[in-house]
Amino acid sequence: MLEWAQNFMAAIPPVLLMTVYMFIFVLVLFGCVAYVTLAERKVIGFMQVRIGPNRVGPRGFGQPIADALKLMFKEMILPNDADRFLFRLAPLLSMIPALAAWAVIPFADGWNFADINAGLLYLLAMTSLGIYGVIIAGWASNSKYALLGALRSAAQIVSYEIAMGFALVGVLMASGSLNLGDIVEAQEGNVFTWNWLILFPLFITYLIAGVAETNRAPFDVVEGESEIVAGFHVEYSGMGFALFFLAEYANIILISALTALLFLGGWLSPFPESWSSVPYLGVLLGHGPHMFIAKTCFFIFCFLWFRATFPRYRYDQIMRLGWKVLLPITLIWIFVEGVLLYFELPPWWFD
Amino acid sequence: MKTLINIIKSFTLFELLKGMSLTGKRFATKKFTVQYPEEKTPQSPRFRGLHALRKYPNGEERCIGCKLCEAVCPALAITIDSEEREDGSRRTTRYDIDLFKCVYCGFCEEACPVDAIVETRVFEYAFFERGQQIMTKDMLLEVGRKYEEEIAADRQADAPYR
Repeated sequence: MLEWAQNFMAAIPPVLLMTVYMFIFVLVLFGCVAYVTLAERKVIGFMQVRIGPNRVGPRGFGQPIADALKLMFKEMILPNDADRFLFRLAPLLSMIPALAAWAVIPFADGWNFADINAGLLYLLAMTSLGIYGVIIAGWASNSKYALLGALRSAAQIVSYEIAMGFALVGVLMASGSLNLGDIVEAQEGNVFTWNWLILFPLFITYLIAGVAETNRAPFDVVEGESEIVAGFHVEYSGMGFALFFLAEYANIILISALTALLFLGGWLSPFPESWSSVPYLGVLLGHGPHMFIAKTCFFIFCFLWFRATFPRYRYDQIMRLGWKVLLPITLIWIFVEGVLLYFELPPWWFD
Repeated sequence: MKTLINIIKSFTLFELLKGMSLTGKRFATKKFTVQYPEEKTPQSPRFRGLHALRKYPNGEERCIGCKLCEAVCPALAITIDSEEREDGSRRTTRYDIDLFKCVYCGFCEEACPVDAIVETRVFEYAFFERGQQIMTKDMLLEVGRKYEEEIAADRQADAPYR
């Protein structure tokens, strides 16, 4: 039976198999996105000393499904003066890059769809592409609030892209590779050889820039409910609206996963090597995708925590932070790192 | 010196971490949420909800049509007509309260010399059509009949302070 199954698997063309894997992965990712929305409402509720949604299903676990069903049955209203084609295209444009970026993310050694050698560049490209969805949505809606939101978003993402890019430059200098698998492997050792310690300023910068990239509080002027209603997606309803939110949460998961990969050693276990030989529990304590997922979950929680804690920045303050604080910090640290690397000084204790 | 401290504070994200520690603490504290339809918060005997007209234990209605409540009502929500009954006493023929106008201040209850108009603890009511918000005399008397025990107990509890 097992042999038959193996033969059967081998007979399937790899392209078809890959497609099936991708399909399953995207479905799982959608599920995760749905439950991140629930987690957000629960976590923020808990931080405000209330309990969040708890009526649909046990402890509110049916809530995201109910929300998704509701949105699916709603009409997608097309404003009279909207650009019909672009208006429909925009939600897809913000969704697709958020999903496509996952192709290069390694869950464990070799567990990725495309093991390309310029993975980091690909990621930078994909995360920047998402902004087109926002800008086109703002423009196509033909509404002043949507346009203002889109403009804010464009300026904000361009500013933070630079700080983010420089943080990534620091990472690739430290690991000497653009391949995400190699970047993780370069961090191998113990908790203190992971990138977060030696690249600490870049780690913090990357996290802050990541929050700004995904337009989350405290950098959510793009949506800015109190000023411009809902920003770029005011005119959207039904599934178009839902797609923007799927994209936003997919991006949160993506940025969290990236932070875990680049700075917290991805699938590497924080425990000593010897612990992985402990019977039964060893599998959990050793390296593996569960470590990566746990770290990702931690950063997702941080995103929700930030939203529950910080008030929205004023627009010019966001710009100031991006250009005058984060950018110089990354530049200085890259310089320091370069000097250390060139003279092979500590704390460059690996390599 | 002060600027130096400020710079150190902002670069160590001191204030942000302080804020996060507060929300982090709240994350773990006990929640105060009351699960409304199943649980209810305690009510004071002075609670001012839906109105009622009371009757004496012998079945005689208390209201004597003095119109003090109508006069004191700040929202002009009460409309009263009265005439002489066969036995010579004055009684109302019409006693309407417009619940959309009413601000639930309780002045009518305070003004009433015979404790006829009162506000009960009932607060869960809704109207589904226009016109339903007008409480007529019959409806008010019906509310009074239904909740007389509670109303009497609440007046009793509040009596020492009136």
